[in-house]
Amino acid sequence: MFGQLGKQGWLIMKATSLPLALGLVLGLGAAAHAATLDDVKAKGFLQCGANTGLPGFAAPDNAGNWTGFDVDYCRAVAAAIFGDPSKVKFTPLSAKERFTALQSGEVDVLIRNTTWTMSRDTSLGLKFAGVNYYDGQGFMVRKDLGVSSALELSGASICVQTGTTTELNLADYFRANKMDYNPVVFEKLDETNSAYDSGRCDALTTDASGLYATRLTMKSPGDHMVLPEIISKEPLGPVVRQGDDQWFNVVKWTHFALLDAEELGVTQANVEEMKTSDNPEIKRLLGVDGTFGQAIGLSNDWVVNIIKGVGNYGEIFERNIGTSSPLEIERGLNALWTDGGIQYGMPVR
Amino acid sequence: MAHPIAEDAPLRTAEPRVSFLNDPVKRGLLVQFVLLVLVVGFFAWIVTNTAENLQRANIASGFGFLDYRAGFDIAQSVVPYSQDASYGYALLVGFINTLVVAVLGVVIASFIGLLVGIGRLSSNWLVRQISTAYVETFRNIPPLLVIFFWYFGVLAVLPQPRDALSLGFGFSLSNRGMFTPRPLFEPAFWVVVAGFAVGIAMTVAFSAWARRKQMRTGQQTRVLPAALALIVGLPLVLFVLAGSPMSLEFPQQTRFNLVGGLQVKPEFIALMLALSIYTAAFIAEIVRAGILAVSHGQTEAAHSLGLRPGPTLRLIVIPQALRVIIPPLTSQYLNLTKNSSLAVAIGYPDLVSVGGTILNQTGQAVEIVIIWMAVYLGISLATSLFMNWFNRRVALVER
Repeated sequence: MFGQLGKQGWLIMKATSLPLALGLVLGLGAAAHAATLDDVKAKGFLQCGANTGLPGFAAPDNAGNWTGFDVDYCRAVAAAIFGDPSKVKFTPLSAKERFTALQSGEVDVLIRNTTWTMSRDTSLGLKFAGVNYYDGQGFMVRKDLGVSSALELSGASICVQTGTTTELNLADYFRANKMDYNPVVFEKLDETNSAYDSGRCDALTTDASGLYATRLTMKSPGDHMVLPEIISKEPLGPVVRQGDDQWFNVVKWTHFALLDAEELGVTQANVEEMKTSDNPEIKRLLGVDGTFGQAIGLSNDWVVNIIKGVGNYGEIFERNIGTSSPLEIERGLNALWTDGGIQYGMPVR
Repeated sequence: MAHPIAEDAPLRTAEPRVSFLNDPVKRGLLVQFVLLVLVVGFFAWIVTNTAENLQRANIASGFGFLDYRAGFDIAQSVVPYSQDASYGYALLVGFINTLVVAVLGVVIASFIGLLVGIGRLSSNWLVRQISTAYVETFRNIPPLLVIFFWYFGVLAVLPQPRDALSLGFGFSLSNRGMFTPRPLFEPAFWVVVAGFAVGIAMTVAFSAWARRKQMRTGQQTRVLPAALALIVGLPLVLFVLAGSPMSLEFPQQTRFNLVGGLQVKPEFIALMLALSIYTAAFIAEIVRAGILAVSHGQTEAAHSLGLRPGPTLRLIVIPQALRVIIPPLTSQYLNLTKNSSLAVAIGYPDLVSVGGTILNQTGQAVEIVIIWMAVYLGISLATSLFMNWFNRRVALVER
């Protein structure tokens, strides 16, 4: 696992927020503000803040390679810049460490199941570049408890990860429904999950996608069920620092390119043939027409590189978390707008 | 040249004309001044640099967030807390939780440490070996692992609350912690409390009288039976006379948890046990060193005066050993307090845990880290001050 991480990544793994805050104090972060794209190109790789291990979204596989939905988004950005999806290093971050790591410049972009909220957009010095997964908070319980609705959870002990929107939604939901609960709060995801698995809590709450992913890591996944209630909106997306519009555009348009490619039927397998397509939209997207890539500081075939590297949005979804993966998550809200979902790529024009 | 003597005279009495830098007093002052400027300048630079960086990165700063509504819940609190309280109040709750663990941990660790330390010097082979094994085991395991051992290894494998282990008298143990009956006091209970207070006062007076009598006549009076009768017996009699003004609320089984009674959460138990047991290993060694530092002649002298081993230890050895024990003991108390921040790993809401939550909800890392450091520094300095004062008092015993 350490082989995958750069020296910085290893340091971060050891770190709590203290050294990160020190980075802010001593102004180490200042240099990272100017032109992130130039810095990344000079460095030769993208430093991506990822989850500490959430199957399907970001987790090292048996061979030590990071895989997952969010990981593929990091690789997509790397492919857009370098034409090579492997030029990325991952920094596993806990919920508590993630924003400070981005603020202080330890990572170039944070793609880690992070909910877009107003205060995070306004008071943290950060910007969300889009929503790559529309999620909502749910509950998981043991089947043998005989609970079929979250409204029956009054008096339950509930495991939750600290410093998340989840923790606040939980408090709001139980108060709104006039129910009691005992929060059992952990800093790290694996501690939260193992406490639930060992029976310390009756229920585990986090984003629904996270619940499906976590269920796979339980001792016997079949004994657990996700309750039907979704108690909040959790739009998850990539985050960058404020004050660098070019970099913001690179991340934002990588996301839109993935969506547009799916909409136009451009896949990892057919991207080379598609270059000869007569469809003007495809021609613009793949850089056959126009100089859209250069306009954001990349090469004109940036989308070809992305799609060759990781596939389009639908392919990333299916491969990591879709119905053919162990997580078996339906597209639902995350289907394209043309298929009844709300994922909508802005036009390349 | 007209009055060479008059001109030379003051020169002789004046100090020899040497360089300013060769005067140790002035040079010292200069060095101190330069150092002061550098230190003040360094901190000023840190502060302004941080403020500038935060400003430039468009990150909110300042301590105003302490007044905002917290919005999250805290599982364990000594003082009443709800999600409507402010961030500042939530930090206070965390601070109190830290203090509770630190104070209880210090008391339990000192007790275990004293026993084991004396046990290592025992003439009983088995006691000596057990004590040695204890010290060598727990001294050499990182405290975080000891915490995990208790939390994930012992407490987490206890049964679900439905199948809780009953310990009798309404006490039960499950993976949700220990449940005990909660005493509910009726108004008339004040009589019992008053009887208890009177009992203590009378015991103090009685033992003072017993000591004076021993000084005067050399006769010893046994204080313990009288003390028991006054402190335990008197309130008990009053309790019965007042018609048992107290009832017990027993924990009731509900769908998920036991409700009612008193609950001691597993996070607290694990942290408490781990910190106490870990620190006690070090304290045991300090106690042993302190006792060994008292010359064996002292013990022999006491024995030759006819004192039995118990009183010899209590009256001769330990008072002298304390002088050696207390300074390193202070370090252990400080270590225990600081190690309590490992609570964050098992979800006990101490200052670091609650602060971490606030840090992430507000994003104000620098401010929270400053508060953390200031509070731990404050607790440690207060402990040091107290222990230094206590050390001076004990040191006076030396003649």
